Amino acid sequence: MSLIVSSSPHIHDRESVPKIMLHVIIALIPAAAASIYFFGIRALWVMLVSIVTAILTEYIFLLLRKKDTSAVLDGSAFVTGLLLAMTLPPSINLSMVAIGSAVAIIIGKQVFGGFGGNVFNPALVGRAFLQAAFPIPMTTWVANKASHVDAVSVATPLGGFKFSHILTAHKDLFLGNVSGSLGETSALLLILGGLYLLARRYIDWRIPVGILTTVFIFDGILWLANSKKYPDPVFMLLAGGLMLGAWFMATDPVTSPVSPAGIWIYSAGIGILVVLIRLFGGMPEGVMYSILIMNAFVPLMDKYLRQRMLGEKK
Amino acid sequence: MLKLRMKRGVHPPEGKISASREIQEFPLPKQVIIPFSQHTGKPATPLVKKRQDVKTGEKIGEAAGFISAPVHSSVTGKVKALETVLLPNGTSTLAAFIEVTGEDEFAEPTWPMKEISQLTPDDVRTIAREAGIVGLGGAVFPTAVKISPPKEYPIDSVIVNGAECEPYLTSDHRLMVEHAQEILTAAELLKNTVGASRGYIAIEDNKPDAIESFEKLVNGVKGWEVVSLKTRYPQGAEKSLIKVILGREVPMGGLPFHVGALVQNVGTLYALYEAAVKGIPLIKRVVTVTGDGVTQPSNFLVRIGTNMREVLEAAGADLENAEKLIVGGPMMGISVKTPEIPVLKSTSGIIVMRKVYKGKVYPCLYCGRCVYACPLSITTTRLVKYIQAEMWDQAKAFGLFNCMECGVCSYVCPANIPLVHWIRYGKFKVRSMEAK
Repeated sequence: MSLIVSSSPHIHDRESVPKIMLHVIIALIPAAAASIYFFGIRALWVMLVSIVTAILTEYIFLLLRKKDTSAVLDGSAFVTGLLLAMTLPPSINLSMVAIGSAVAIIIGKQVFGGFGGNVFNPALVGRAFLQAAFPIPMTTWVANKASHVDAVSVATPLGGFKFSHILTAHKDLFLGNVSGSLGETSALLLILGGLYLLARRYIDWRIPVGILTTVFIFDGILWLANSKKYPDPVFMLLAGGLMLGAWFMATDPVTSPVSPAGIWIYSAGIGILVVLIRLFGGMPEGVMYSILIMNAFVPLMDKYLRQRMLGEKK
Repeated sequence: MLKLRMKRGVHPPEGKISASREIQEFPLPKQVIIPFSQHTGKPATPLVKKRQDVKTGEKIGEAAGFISAPVHSSVTGKVKALETVLLPNGTSTLAAFIEVTGEDEFAEPTWPMKEISQLTPDDVRTIAREAGIVGLGGAVFPTAVKISPPKEYPIDSVIVNGAECEPYLTSDHRLMVEHAQEILTAAELLKNTVGASRGYIAIEDNKPDAIESFEKLVNGVKGWEVVSLKTRYPQGAEKSLIKVILGREVPMGGLPFHVGALVQNVGTLYALYEAAVKGIPLIKRVVTVTGDGVTQPSNFLVRIGTNMREVLEAAGADLENAEKLIVGGPMMGISVKTPEIPVLKSTSGIIVMRKVYKGKVYPCLYCGRCVYACPLSITTTRLVKYIQAEMWDQAKAFGLFNCMECGVCSYVCPANIPLVHWIRYGKFKVRSMEAK
């Protein structure tokens, strides 16, 4: 007889970090597969290089930091690699992908002490680095195979709007017949993936709802005031990286708030910044910076905006 | 009938495999070990000496203050020894070892025996006190104290707690099915004692037969209502129950009487009935013996002080192939190293688990599952970080002593962090620092 003595509770709901990561990957599969359909086998290479580099870098840094290297199997490096790939243009040089992925893991995660310690979304840190280091390859877009456009270089829907005032049809944005980065094609598939995570309660519904509602309302007001100058709110929701950001990036538990009030401020803040950058900034797209900026406020929000406890004075 | 549900909390697999097993009187043991500390508050003062003969129901320990309770012999026999004994929670306390010498000879009750309708509020308090009645839901707080709230806090609502939200346990369930009338009689007595106008009988909807038996009884009885609660853990915790049924929040650090409520567990009420009507103090309780490590899941009416090993054997427990032996429920119970411990007033169940989940521990990912599941809305993520960093003032501000250790946070943590354990550690550290 050798009975285990431990602190209660003695049962567990069997959820775990690797299980959550696995389901995030499953949720991304439709959009990832679509990117291969839209941009060819090249998209697969971008994803593979990004994922493999992320995992290798994580392993090396766990070794260097003398940490348990089995942590590389928690799935988080895989997710970071895949998410980074989803934000990259299909034509990007694969060595740049590897650099971005390594930066995502090292600067985005390991320097903060690894999983759980990072302030900023690691994949977006990697992307921000690539954007600064390689601005031209990061903004060179190839045509989507489903769009039957025969051109070497094309504009994304947001770029087309910003620089030429061309509005892409909602249907093309929704289904994904547009150019752009791997994961900013089909809004439909991203929403499906997000709903899958929502159904499994792995993401907080308030984050995508807060972001998308804010963008819709803020842009909607501008559009009602001047529909010639500003795009309609449905275009704003479906174009660019907003769906990927709202469902898969901003919802990263590590870098989003826990406090309910904080979650609303965080998601509204991202929504407002997205509209401001897209419509009044120098760049056509601003989802990445919006999320990174709001990430910075998360520790503050969790400290000062904690929920009221039962029986605590109002 | 009211239908309500708790918003927070969790719903673990219920595992109530002993729910249909009728309460069986457990045979008279050869010896009982009765600790003098089985309640919240000061241990009782021993009234017996070695080699003294005692009768069943005889008071062998006197309450040692206002917040304390007497203890009684659960058998007729001879005091063999007064020695310290190990309790499930790891503490040691003085106990009377009583050898059974024969069939029950009952001691005269030390409280007034009257027709139930003739009992005054003071009589009821005397009965609760003299019969050693304590909260049998788990907290073992002296009932006499609970039903003597300060005058400036009138109580308007009495809640009969039949939620039994802990998975696996069925002792309250069986009592409600088999002894609804007795429970209601005692509840009515308490309602009159504290002068409440409303009475609620709160039962989770995974016990439809218990709901039905009370529905029949209270049908037409003035001032009583059955509340069917959607099964949820920890709905039966006092503060949760008061919030769900009355919509009131017990202030932090406060007690139910601060919001005009009195919550009593059904087992406690049954014990009060036995004392008031039959003159028998709290010397027996219903214990659920269950888990996948027993062949005969059972509900036994066990004498306090019976060795748990004997009770386990009667249920066909296989301890050789078990990984855990739990005294209490799977969420709040205490895992023990040995079955050689006495059944106490607080022993609602004994669980034998063949396999225990041993998940890998990861760093906190701030997913917030613990924060949203917490019945008290504690921001557990940050509280535990403060404890780990030994930042005690911040930990206290984030509800360190508000936590009731229900276990919901650890249960849902995907990083498998022993959050409740950290909180216990934090409480222990702060208490020992403040004691200096």
